[in-house]
Amino acid sequence: MKQKLLDMRGIVKSFSGVRALNGVDISLDAGEVLSICGENGSGKSTLMKVLSGVWPYGSYEGQIYFAGQQIKATSIRDTEAQGIVIIHQELALVKELTVMENIFLGNELGHAWRINEESMYRQTLALLSRVNLSISPDTQVSELGVGQQQLVEIAKALNKDVKLLILDEPTSSLTNQEIQILLDIVRSLKEQGIACIYISHKLDEVLALSDWVCVIRDGDHIATRAAAALTQNDIISMMVGREMDQLFPREEHEIGEVILTVNKAFARLSGASRPQVDGVSFELREGEILGIAGLIGSGRTELMQCLFGSYPGEYSVEIELAGQSQVIRSQQAALKAGIAMVPEDRKRHGIVPIMGVGRNMTLPILDKYQTWFGAIDEQQEHQDIERYLERLKVKTASADLAIKHLSGGNQQKAIIAKCLLTHPNILILDEPTRGIDVGAKYEIYKLMYALVKDGVSIIMVSSELPEVIGISDRVLVMHEGRLKGQFEHQGLTQEMIMNCAIKEGVSNA
Amino acid sequence: MLKTIKASQLQLLAMIAALLLILVFFSIATEGAFISPRNISNLIRQTAIVGILAIGMVFVIISAEIDLSVGSMMGLLGGIAAILDVWFHFPLILSIVITMFAGLVLGLFNGWWIAYQKVPSFIVTLAGMLAFRGILVGLTDGVTVAPTSSSLAIIGQSYLPSGWGMSVIALLCLGLIARVFSRRQARQKHGVVNHAAKFEYGKALIAVIALLSLLAILENYRGIPTPIFIMGVLILVATYIAKRTAFGRRVYAIGGNIEAARMSGVKVEKTKMLVFGFNGVMVAVAALILTSRLGAGSPAAGNMAELDAIAACVIGGTSLAGGIGTVLGAIMGALIMASLDNGMSMLDVPTFWQLIVKGAILLLAVWLDVKTKKQ
Repeated sequence: MKQKLLDMRGIVKSFSGVRALNGVDISLDAGEVLSICGENGSGKSTLMKVLSGVWPYGSYEGQIYFAGQQIKATSIRDTEAQGIVIIHQELALVKELTVMENIFLGNELGHAWRINEESMYRQTLALLSRVNLSISPDTQVSELGVGQQQLVEIAKALNKDVKLLILDEPTSSLTNQEIQILLDIVRSLKEQGIACIYISHKLDEVLALSDWVCVIRDGDHIATRAAAALTQNDIISMMVGREMDQLFPREEHEIGEVILTVNKAFARLSGASRPQVDGVSFELREGEILGIAGLIGSGRTELMQCLFGSYPGEYSVEIELAGQSQVIRSQQAALKAGIAMVPEDRKRHGIVPIMGVGRNMTLPILDKYQTWFGAIDEQQEHQDIERYLERLKVKTASADLAIKHLSGGNQQKAIIAKCLLTHPNILILDEPTRGIDVGAKYEIYKLMYALVKDGVSIIMVSSELPEVIGISDRVLVMHEGRLKGQFEHQGLTQEMIMNCAIKEGVSNA
Repeated sequence: MLKTIKASQLQLLAMIAALLLILVFFSIATEGAFISPRNISNLIRQTAIVGILAIGMVFVIISAEIDLSVGSMMGLLGGIAAILDVWFHFPLILSIVITMFAGLVLGLFNGWWIAYQKVPSFIVTLAGMLAFRGILVGLTDGVTVAPTSSSLAIIGQSYLPSGWGMSVIALLCLGLIARVFSRRQARQKHGVVNHAAKFEYGKALIAVIALLSLLAILENYRGIPTPIFIMGVLILVATYIAKRTAFGRRVYAIGGNIEAARMSGVKVEKTKMLVFGFNGVMVAVAALILTSRLGAGSPAAGNMAELDAIAACVIGGTSLAGGIGTVLGAIMGALIMASLDNGMSMLDVPTFWQLIVKGAILLLAVWLDVKTKKQ
C-alpha cells in the first residue's frame, strides 16, 4: 500500500472518562484538501489538537503517521518542525508588530546580536506575493483587516516550509470577497503540493474546495467521501444524523405598526477622518425581522452600537421608540428602554467565562431579585434560569457550570436567554449564528420566529447572505457607513444584495 | 461525597490542611508554647489588621484591579486618628467617624482616577502609596503622635466580657445552622435539588466545633479580643456582600469580563469606584486598630502592609486576573501568614529568614494553585 502523507488511525481521546473522539481515522495525500465537518462539540477541534500536538503523544490512543514516520509529538513545536501548521479561528498575530516581524517571530534571520533585515524583507515580499497580498512588509498588523491578517498567517506558515496546513474556521469573519481570495490561495497552495485540512461550517466553501469530506458526529467517524459525489444536504444529514428538511424555517407572522424610528445616525471614532456610520435613517416595525447586510467595515455593527449606547467613539442619533423620543447614551439606558443586544464577539462582549451559565444570564436583571439589604432572591433567580434554559434548550450539565465549558451554540443560546430575561421590545442580534453548528442555528431561527410572534421586533446583522434572505422580512444593505438599499424578502437573491453592497452608485428596490 | 465538593471548597480544605500542618509543626517545635491560649489569642489578634486589609483588598483584586496604597493609607488614617485623639482630644466616637469617613474619601479618590479617568490602578495606587505617606510625614512632622487616650485603647487592646463573647459565639452557631436549614427548605419548596443533608449539616457542624473550640481557648486567656470581634463582623458583612448581593455579583462579573459586564448593563465605573471606597473604609478600620494597639500614630506605621494584604488574598486563592476569590480564603491566607510570623518569632528565627520563608511560601502557594488548575 502506498503511504499517504497523513494517516491518523483509530484516534481515541477521553476527557475524565468522557470520550471526545471514538476511533477516528483520517488520511490524505499531498496536494489534497480534506474538509472536516461536524456540529460544534462533535470533536473536530479535539482531533486537530491531537494532530497538532496540543494533546501530547500518550494522552490519546491510536497512531499518527506523517510523511512515512510515526509522530510522537509532545508540543506544537514538534509538529511545526515536521511541517504541520495550524491556523486557528482566533488569529495569533502580534498586532503591534509589523507583517515582517510577525512572519519571522521566533525564527528571525541573522545572528543573535544582529538581525538580517534585508533578507527578511526580501523573503517577506516573496511570501506575500505567494498569498496575493500587495502590502509592504513594514505594515503594522493592526492596520490590516481580518481577511488580510488571515493571509499573513498563511504566509507565516509558508515561511515554515509547511507540508500540511490546517485552517480552523478561516472564513467565519471574512466578507465574501475575502473568502474568494482565501479559497483561491488554498487552491494555489494545493497545486504547489501542500495538503490542507479545512474546517468550516460553510458547506458551499467545503464543497467548492475539497477533494474529500470527512464527517464527525459525537466523536464518531461517520464517513469520509469524495466531495464531488456529495451535496450540502448529504453533509448536513450526516452531521445531524437526521434529514433536515429546510435550513431556514420561515414562518408566517403578522407585522404591526412602526415601533422604532432611527434618524440621522452618525458615528465616528475620535481622530478618524471618515465616519463609520454616516447619516443612516430607518424604521422597524413591530414583530418584524429586519436584516442588515453589508461588507465587514460597512458600519453595520457600529450602527447597532449607536442604538445600544455602546459605540466607543463620538456618535449622534435620533431615536423614536413607540412614538417617544429616546436618548440612549449607555447600555443601561438601552436595556431600560427595552432594547437588548446579542453582541457580535461572543467571547469578548458576550460571556463572563468563569461565571456560571445561570449567573451570566441574570447579570442585567439582578436588581429585579433584590430583597432586603440588597440580597439576591436566589430561589426566584433559579426559577427564571431554569425556565429559560429549558425554553432555549441550552444543553448544560448544570446552571452553575462555568459558561466557558459550553459549546459555542449553547453559549450563544445562553446569551440570547440573558437578553430575553430583560423582556426587550427590540432585540438586536449581531451575527447570531457565527461559528455555530447547523442544529443550534436551526433552533435559533425557530426561536426568532417564536419571538416575533410574541410581538418582539428583531434587527439581525449578518454576513451570511442565505441567512439574511432566508430569515428576514426586510433587508437593509449598508455600504461605507451609508444605507445603500432596502429590499423586501420576496424574490430577493444573493446577487442583488452583493451588487448593492459592493458596487458604487445607488440601487433601490 | 467528593463530587459534591466544589473546586473553591477544595481550595479552602487545602488551606485548612496547610494551616493545621503549620500549627502542628510549630507546636512541636515550641514544645506546646505555640498553642497556649495566650499565644493563640496573640496570634489571631495579630491577624486582625492584615485580615481586615485583606477583606477590602479581595474585592479590589476580584474586580481585576490592585491597590498598592493601603499600607500608606493605613499609616495616614492611623495618624489622623492619633492626631484627633492626642492633639485635639476628640471623643472616641467622633475620631472613629472622621477616620472612617476619611478612609472612604481616600478610597473613592483612588477609585475615581481608576474607574472614570482610566488611569491603571497600579499607577494610581503607586502614586497614593508615595503621596499618602508624604502627607502623613508632613502632618506629623515626622514624629510619633503619642500617647493616645485610654478610650482609644478600647478598639485594639480590650477584650469582650466573657458573657458577651459566649453569647456572640452561640448566636453565630445557631445562625449558621438556621441558615443551612432555611436554605434547604427554600430549595425544597422551589424544587431545587439539595445536597445530601449529612454533607451540609456536617460542614456546619465542623464550623460550629471550630468556633466553640476557639471560644474555649480564648476564654481560657482573657476572652475574645475586640479586634477579632470586629474582624468577625466584617467577615460576615463582606461575605454577605460578595455572595448574596447584586453588587457582589457585579464585582465578580467585572473581574471575569469587564466588556461583557458592560454589555449587560452593569455600571462598571460606579461599581469599581465603590469597590475602592469599600476598601478605603476597611483600611480605616485597620488603621484605628493599629493606632489603638500601638498607642500612637507613627510616621512609619503600615509600611509594606499592602504586600501582606495582597499576599494573604493570593495565598487564599484569589486570582490576580480577576473574577475569582473569596473573603474567607483571604482571611485564611492572612491567618497562614500571621502563623508563620508568630511561630518563627517564637523560635527566634532571624528576621531575614522570616522574610525569605514568607516569600517562598507565597511563591509556593501560587505555584501549587497554577499546577492544580492546569490538570
